[in-house]
Amino acid sequence: MSGHDWSKPAAMAIPQEGYFELERGRYGPIYPRTPACYGFSIIAKVKEGREDAIREHGKTIQAAITETPEFLAPLRLHYLRWVLFDIGDGLTFQYQGIFDTDFDKYTEDAVQLFGQSGINTVFTNLEGFPEDWKENPDAFVKFVREHHFPSFLEYGEYPYVTADEIKKALRLKAAFSDMLDQMQ
Amino acid sequence: MLEFDDIQHILLTRTPAMTGRYEFLTFSNPAGGRAWLSELIPVVESAAAAQASMDGTKRWVTLAFTWKGLRALGVPEESLETFPEAFCQGMAARADILGDTGAASPEHWVGGLAGADLHAIAILFARDDAEHARATGVHDELVARCDGVRSLSVLDLNATPPFNFAHDHFGFRDRLSQPVIEGSGEGPTPGSGAPLKPGEFILGYPDELGPVADLPQPEVLARNGSYMAYRRLQEHVGVFRDYLREHADTPDDQELLAAKFMGRWRSGAPLVLAPERDDPELGADPMRNNDFNYKEMDPLGYACPLGSHARRLNPRDTAHNMNRHRIIRRGATYGPALPESAPDDGVDRGIAAFIICASLVRQFEFAQNVWINDRTFHELGNEHDPICGTQDGTMEFKIPNRPIRKVLKGLPAFTTLKGGAYFFLPGIKALRYLTALDS
Repeated sequence: MSGHDWSKPAAMAIPQEGYFELERGRYGPIYPRTPACYGFSIIAKVKEGREDAIREHGKTIQAAITETPEFLAPLRLHYLRWVLFDIGDGLTFQYQGIFDTDFDKYTEDAVQLFGQSGINTVFTNLEGFPEDWKENPDAFVKFVREHHFPSFLEYGEYPYVTADEIKKALRLKAAFSDMLDQMQ
Repeated sequence: MLEFDDIQHILLTRTPAMTGRYEFLTFSNPAGGRAWLSELIPVVESAAAAQASMDGTKRWVTLAFTWKGLRALGVPEESLETFPEAFCQGMAARADILGDTGAASPEHWVGGLAGADLHAIAILFARDDAEHARATGVHDELVARCDGVRSLSVLDLNATPPFNFAHDHFGFRDRLSQPVIEGSGEGPTPGSGAPLKPGEFILGYPDELGPVADLPQPEVLARNGSYMAYRRLQEHVGVFRDYLREHADTPDDQELLAAKFMGRWRSGAPLVLAPERDDPELGADPMRNNDFNYKEMDPLGYACPLGSHARRLNPRDTAHNMNRHRIIRRGATYGPALPESAPDDGVDRGIAAFIICASLVRQFEFAQNVWINDRTFHELGNEHDPICGTQDGTMEFKIPNRPIRKVLKGLPAFTTLKGGAYFFLPGIKALRYLTALDS
């Protein structure tokens, strides 16, 4: 967005609630855009015996993206990180995503995409995930919202820049490079 | 199979009404409300009845209730709690989510629409003025007879010339892009998308994702029902015309500028298919006037600006899951036409429309929040929808152009929201169920 200086790295400390001023979205509070754009961290306990099923999803997603690289485009993702950990309280899963559209606007698209890929079924391995998630996208949205933990610090090396802007700049760079090469 | 004989006609049919009235009512005791409802049910036509009798009928009645209205009729708490949150809260309480701020905020709404005692709407459409007078007279008399029923306000609707096509006060042809429900017997016009599963608009049927869980209870109340978002939008015709005159030199340029705001020429011809001059034949031809897309045919907005009204309300192939965000629109204009050369007379005129959908949050509120009043729509920045978005006088509108785009700054508000509400539109059996409730 205009007004931000991409060339100066920036950090933002965020209050405990995850926002500075409550701004209501259709499904809950809107979390602000930060130098690291938008994101979520969904953290939930893993159902007994489901570790392998979750790890298998790593391969499922890799295959899906290899086959259809544009598959997650609607989510405007920068990065995804999936982590499994047990620090004494049982196996826990963290799904962290960094993307360019705010959480409230993004949730329905995400739930829809999850349903279309194999990605949704990763959630079925988590405690508290609604049984009727297929017919009840609202319950899916509620689960995602309830298991999201907002950050209290975010840092961006090239603050606020969207994935689209980065790709555009890289395309321009490649085009100029070609042009200069051809002028030799 | 759609239960045509149980679905209120407004969902599935258009009527040849030239005039009408919206009656906004409050019930101070459930028995009175139920008495009023009982007398009206025989004249509330289902889609089947309306279709069968269309040529002979002179007036059409639609009834719908706010959440507080359902309670006022005696719907028990356990049932009220099963309705979706947005509907329960009501449109006024969600103004910040919808972007209804500043001049559009509920404290400025008229007609008692923002009040807690708005319980019901009776939509009366009439073929002509004589029938309008007769039917509203009968309804007034009914209200007077029913103890505990009171009219909060009325809004009279009327078409304005030219009468051969539906249009708003700015002169734009309306009702061009409508979704079609599978099994309704209607076929979509080219470009309107495949027919949609009925559950996108009618409760009790599968939607685009399949069977729908968590419907309101009891089933008899929910089945064949729907939700309506009512929006009363005042149109500042003088402001609009003045703006065109000030920002475009010739009448042709003014028409083009108007089209850039709307996404279509006044005739209805879409900019994507007619980028430089109007094509009224195209505008009037349903087989062609909706047959276009954006990502493929006009990705950068040189024909139709990225932020124009039609492009925001229906982003076509640039949006994801469009099938989950379609809406059915019904409604009419109100107020006298402002003659072309006359200065603004300060008279209240505009459109009073219903956005019908099975999920207010996913369909109506999504359009408001993610398309109309969203600065990040297509990354446009300081822009809202120029026609129906909330404009506080500081926003812009960008018109892509070669060699250099045009940026209009400090866009005035061409419309102002004067009121709205969320209504539940019950099926016919559900209406009867409501009359049989115990206090």
